[in-house]
Amino acid sequence: MSDEKKLAIIATKGSLDWAYPPFILASTAAALGYQTQIFFTFYGLELLKKDLSLQVTSLGNPAMPMPIPVPVIMQTIPGMQAMMTSMMKKKMKSKGVASIEELRDLSIEAEVKMVACQMTVDLFEFDTKDFIDGIEYGGAATFFEFAGESDVCLYI
Amino acid sequence: MANFDQELDASGLNCPLPILRAKKTLNGMESGQVLRVIATDPGSVKDFEAFAKQTGNELVESGEENGKYTFLLKKK
Repeated sequence: MSDEKKLAIIATKGSLDWAYPPFILASTAAALGYQTQIFFTFYGLELLKKDLSLQVTSLGNPAMPMPIPVPVIMQTIPGMQAMMTSMMKKKMKSKGVASIEELRDLSIEAEVKMVACQMTVDLFEFDTKDFIDGIEYGGAATFFEFAGESDVCLYI
Repeated sequence: MANFDQELDASGLNCPLPILRAKKTLNGMESGQVLRVIATDPGSVKDFEAFAKQTGNELVESGEENGKYTFLLKKK
């Protein structure tokens, strides 16, 4: 067991685009034989919800490629975020990019351990019934128990 | 063409799905058996080399034909 590499990830973001790096890296690392753990904190907790309703926005993200240039003031119009999210999902599907649900399922299947930050759950008054089964709840010390032994440690 | 025991068509799938599907298929195979993977993701060429190197499953052959990439992986 001791020759098994370890990957520790902290997932702090809850938008559709930022949901990808933790699950892509965790599932791939597991396939490569890494023992992998993700610690979800703050907005990252969205990624543990049974019903994922992750959105993407171009606001505050000037690097997001747009099919046509849209002035920032227009991007604030109600419905724009939903439209961009739907366009992004369509684009991802057409390019053969996995959905977050699929990557999360593959990560769980590959025994990636998922830990939800108890403090943030309390802070935002989340109901643990809304989270997927099989996750653990813990704090910073729980994170370090695994991260301290890790070969790769990422903050996303 | 070399012989293989199982085939996995990962055409149209993007990173990291070809690797994840290949790993899953290999899990159900026996040591020494050969898996043939077909992929269209250009990134898979480097990725399967890296996968083989890190997992110890041997990349016996890697090729390209009409925009499709094929890999022969021998299970460790």
